[in-house]
Amino acid sequence: MTNALLAISDEQLATNVLFYALAAGVALSALAVVLSRNIVRTALFLLFTLGGVAGVYFMLNAEFLAAVQLVVYAGGTLILIVFAVMLTSKSPFIRFDPKAIEVVVAAIAGAIMLVALLAGIISTHGPVGTPGAIVRQPLDWGTSQYPVADLGQALLGDYLLPFELASVLLLVVMIGAAFLAKGRRRRAAGEEKA
Amino acid sequence: MSWAYAIASFPALPLADGFGQTLVFKDFLGLPAAPWWAKLAWDLAIIAGVFGGMLSVIAMFCIWWERKVAGHMQCRFGPNRVGPIGILQSVADGLKLMLKEDLLPRDADKWMFRFAPYVAFTPVFAAYMVLPFGPEFVFERRLAVGVFYILAVLSVEIMGVIMAGWASNNKWAIYGAMREACQMVSYEIPLGISIIVAVMAAGTLNMVDLGNLQGGGIHTWLIFRNPFTFAAFFAYFVASLASNKRAPFDLPESESELVAGFHTEYSGLRFSFFFFAEYAAMFVVGGIQATLFLGAWNDPFGIIGYFHAKFADNHHDIQLLVLNAVASGIFVTKAMAIIFVQMWLRWTLPRPRIDQVLYACVKVLLPLSCCLLLGASLWGLLVGSRPGVPWVDYQPFSWSDWQMTPVALATQVILTLIGLAGLTGIVLWVGYAAVTGRNLKQRLTDPADIIPHAA
Amino acid sequence: MTLTLATICIPPVGLYHYLALAAFVFVCGLLTILLKRNAIGILMGVELILNAANINLAAFNRYAHGGLPGRPALDGQIFALFVIVLAAAEAAIALAIFLNFYNNIASIDVERGKELRG
Repeated sequence: MTNALLAISDEQLATNVLFYALAAGVALSALAVVLSRNIVRTALFLLFTLGGVAGVYFMLNAEFLAAVQLVVYAGGTLILIVFAVMLTSKSPFIRFDPKAIEVVVAAIAGAIMLVALLAGIISTHGPVGTPGAIVRQPLDWGTSQYPVADLGQALLGDYLLPFELASVLLLVVMIGAAFLAKGRRRRAAGEEKA
Repeated sequence: MSWAYAIASFPALPLADGFGQTLVFKDFLGLPAAPWWAKLAWDLAIIAGVFGGMLSVIAMFCIWWERKVAGHMQCRFGPNRVGPIGILQSVADGLKLMLKEDLLPRDADKWMFRFAPYVAFTPVFAAYMVLPFGPEFVFERRLAVGVFYILAVLSVEIMGVIMAGWASNNKWAIYGAMREACQMVSYEIPLGISIIVAVMAAGTLNMVDLGNLQGGGIHTWLIFRNPFTFAAFFAYFVASLASNKRAPFDLPESESELVAGFHTEYSGLRFSFFFFAEYAAMFVVGGIQATLFLGAWNDPFGIIGYFHAKFADNHHDIQLLVLNAVASGIFVTKAMAIIFVQMWLRWTLPRPRIDQVLYACVKVLLPLSCCLLLGASLWGLLVGSRPGVPWVDYQPFSWSDWQMTPVALATQVILTLIGLAGLTGIVLWVGYAAVTGRNLKQRLTDPADIIPHAA
Repeated sequence: MTLTLATICIPPVGLYHYLALAAFVFVCGLLTILLKRNAIGILMGVELILNAANINLAAFNRYAHGGLPGRPALDGQIFALFVIVLAAAEAAIALAIFLNFYNNIASIDVERGKELRG
């Protein structure tokens, strides 16, 4: 059938189809985040983007990372963002539209950035097979038999210092955020300016 | 000591040879290798037929059962008109929901309103992918982060509930949604930590390996491995109640306070999606509890583990199929037992306020689970050695064969005896109550005498 | 048209496909930061940029040399893990600041931010 027509293997067909489906999902959701005017819908599209990126991590053999992405990003940070949206929006349909000149400038800047990045990606290649080069074809060094155990040993072995620093940082952030958001009473605008 | 663990992490291929595919395509149809479209069709058929059907049956059964349990706990009968013992009540409910008018509030965010039930339902459905109904009856057995994956997808469900509350443009719905998000996010932490305690005792996150490790009889179950997993069982249960918006923590849908919480504006088929998601999540959470603590698909005597070790080496495919069917029955029974306890608690305990719920999480359950984590780590460091897979690495009924330190072995045996004693006590107590309850002088179901109207 | 599609879609999915995806998400995040006036929208743009960087890290982890056969290196995944942790921490602080901003000015529009005094 299709794979015989295109002379590629089953696994490659499956991988390609899956990648393009996920990539389309992520790209369209990211575009919708840019273009959407309602802030709650933007948060919803961000949820789809984060979920799609988790799928991309699954494809890249980084399953623990994908699960962490879903738990922390989609199930934690995004909930926090939606809470903040609900607390700071007077009406769900209020819109802040940027001025037209800003849209033009932003579009030009974005286009230049995209072209530059893609050109940088396409023009990078190294001789196939030399150590340290980034090859075009997917190199398969196999997968570890105990991937989660390897990750745990790395986190508590090679990367112990960043791990401990991150935990101290999280403690500091927790205290800081709790203090900052403790909630001074909202004063009326007239009283504030006096 | 060989660990006999999962093969490898998940390569980026959705089409691989599973037990069912091998059985159907190689054994029955005699094909050398199944073509990719056949494997895909098989996977889709399993998802739609088995998981979709099972979800529907579980939800319908649980709805009927909940009402029966509620009735009997309130000294009344519950539904008993539709069908022999009211068993067709769920069918009647389903028909009613399907025939209801599809309402949409005028100022609601239409697109989000329509989409929210699916965002709430899909993650729960995705969690069924790794539930181990049997040693081979797992949809994806190679996922090295099985338990963590379920935790991850259940976190996405929170967003669906928030969307439903927000999109309804109804302040009761928004209150329900915000309360629910607070509660579910807070209780994920003790939930995760309790899971870690059990995983530390086992050494693997893969669901199938967790089940294989407990195949030697009730004394190999992880709940009895050390006192910290024993306590983590109860901590996990409480945290899972809150993360399911269930039992005393059902503030999001508190019937007496918020009309119907975040699904106030939903009616008909959309509402039934939330209902299905709730009962499906109850089964998933009960399934995780059974896998992590209660031996997954194994019976208390180690028979299934014994036969699985015998059949898995050679190609006894039909015997494996029968064994897996029996194992699935046991797994479903265990999950249903946990669901029964959840229902029991719902109709027994009063509902706390949201600040009391969060107090219980942050000031009680979280320090408790952190202490359990600390204790389990110290236990693993000082005492523990993991015994391996029963019947494969060692014989679970010959004590000299266990390659564990005497302290660990003694703890396991003592905890098993304590657990069995506790369970027997509870069963006897409930039985005594059931028996003597029938002899009450006046039952509440007997109608009172008619007082004649004084002329 | 189908020929160009075929030349792009038929080769096995490699490093460049993931890098291109990450570049697109990065540019979307950049545009979000530039175009949104709601402060929380800007935060969402920052999250998109961090996700793009994470995709890059995970892709290099998979496709570049490193480690041993059968035990590939995990540096990219660990980097990405730390990025996720730090992004969550930064989002928490940013939202606390935004809540303060809203409490004082009664609007979440960053255009009103020019009234802040030093």
